[in-house]
Amino acid sequence: MAGLLSKERIVAGPSFNRWLVPPAALAIHLSIGQAYAFSVFKLPLTKVIGISQSAPGDWKQTQLAWIFTIAIVFLGLSAAVFGRWLEHAGPRKSGVVAACCWGLGFFISAFGVSVHNIWLIYLGYGVLGGCGLGLGYITPVSTLIKWFPDRRGMATGMAIMGFGGGALIASPLSQLLLDRYKSATSVGVAETFMTLGTIYLIAMLSGAFLFRVPAPGWRPTGWLPPTPNARGLITHRQVHVDDAIKTVPFYLLWAVLFLNVTAGIGILEQASPMIQEMFKGRVRADAAAGFVGLLSLFNMAGRFGWSSLSDRIGRKATYALFLSLGPILYLTLPYAGRIGSVALFVAAAVLILTMYGGGFATIPAYLSDIFGTQYVGAIHGRLLTAWSAAGVAGPVLVNYIREYQIEHGTPAAQAYNTTMYLMAGLLVIGFLCNLAVRPVPDRYYMADDQLTDRAMARSR
Amino acid sequence: MSSFNQSEPRSGQQHLAVVVIAWLLVSVPLIWGVWQTIKKASALFR
Repeated sequence: MAGLLSKERIVAGPSFNRWLVPPAALAIHLSIGQAYAFSVFKLPLTKVIGISQSAPGDWKQTQLAWIFTIAIVFLGLSAAVFGRWLEHAGPRKSGVVAACCWGLGFFISAFGVSVHNIWLIYLGYGVLGGCGLGLGYITPVSTLIKWFPDRRGMATGMAIMGFGGGALIASPLSQLLLDRYKSATSVGVAETFMTLGTIYLIAMLSGAFLFRVPAPGWRPTGWLPPTPNARGLITHRQVHVDDAIKTVPFYLLWAVLFLNVTAGIGILEQASPMIQEMFKGRVRADAAAGFVGLLSLFNMAGRFGWSSLSDRIGRKATYALFLSLGPILYLTLPYAGRIGSVALFVAAAVLILTMYGGGFATIPAYLSDIFGTQYVGAIHGRLLTAWSAAGVAGPVLVNYIREYQIEHGTPAAQAYNTTMYLMAGLLVIGFLCNLAVRPVPDRYYMADDQLTDRAMARSR
Repeated sequence: MSSFNQSEPRSGQQHLAVVVIAWLLVSVPLIWGVWQTIKKASALFR
């Protein structure tokens, strides 16, 4: 079994079609993208004992909110800790471990629901599932970058688009399953978790077994790497993950991702109540739910669109666009509220969400441009701690500011304005960080003999 | 030493068929999910 999963076993033959790798990557990302649809279970989980309504002893929303938070924290931690192991073990082994963590996380959570023990859900979906998320996120990205050196942005965009698309599948699918399993004695969550866990385990294992790694020195037919001077930040050399985290560009990109994600969460967290309160009487609850759906669609589309564009205009220019247009769009939201234009509000919000998704999808290609492709999975893993930090900081910041303003007499409809101004400010800081990104100093690049030694050590 | 995977001496056409099937398997659920979301989002424009 260990041999079946080893990296040496999956070196592709000369006839291998690299277009098989994106669907394998998508199978994994579409599965773990379920995380964005976890809110579907929030209401049923508050009625596990009472079934039709919450009863004494049922879980509170505040307890349930921790499940997603723990999962996102462990996503970042596991990606950071196991990223280096992924580069050593190869994508098949890493993908299988991710599939087992994600599937087992659902099974443990199902048991937790059936015995009404929230700690089992924290452990299952939060800790174990979070590790599955982290490994499942970086494994396909690292593999695709090595297969598509000519279109890194498009390739990683395709996989990370799957993470956005996974929520679009999981949300209606979970609702269908909950309706199917609901009975007089069960809210149907445990059964739904078991079904989803089984589906995702099979899909992710299939993806993992389709993975191949290119043979050393492989290049797409007819493709020649661009000359380093012609594209500025793109290097052909490699920086080891341990050295990458000693460089200034790593921390600048960490800050860029953190600020972009924090700002995006500012919209995602408040989208539904914000549009209803800003346009009171004109936008009802069902239309607000439609608005949230629209945001999800544009979040997904932005992942593919912006990262593909970055192959043409460069990663730094793409981020410069996000971080310069972003503040203008954030300032447009309160303005649209003031003039009562729903259309302007929706247009600005969906554009912001494309940039939120685009930020996630373009960062792996940015890293591989600057640090090389060899350790990009491990470096990307460490950078994803920015997502975890934003996942905790974003909602806390947004909710705290809103509560503070309302306590001090600001009308609910206007309480969003300060948050939007703050988000615009964060993006301006992000713009400056992106502007400061420079190529890595020469001393951090690995020498040719170091690369050869490491390749030999891996093959032993 | 690394070695090529011996389990894939497939012809080009077999390879293409596997690629097409793999793309179909991931595209169908994704298109379904997108369609469900578009139906939900349409409430905003009613």
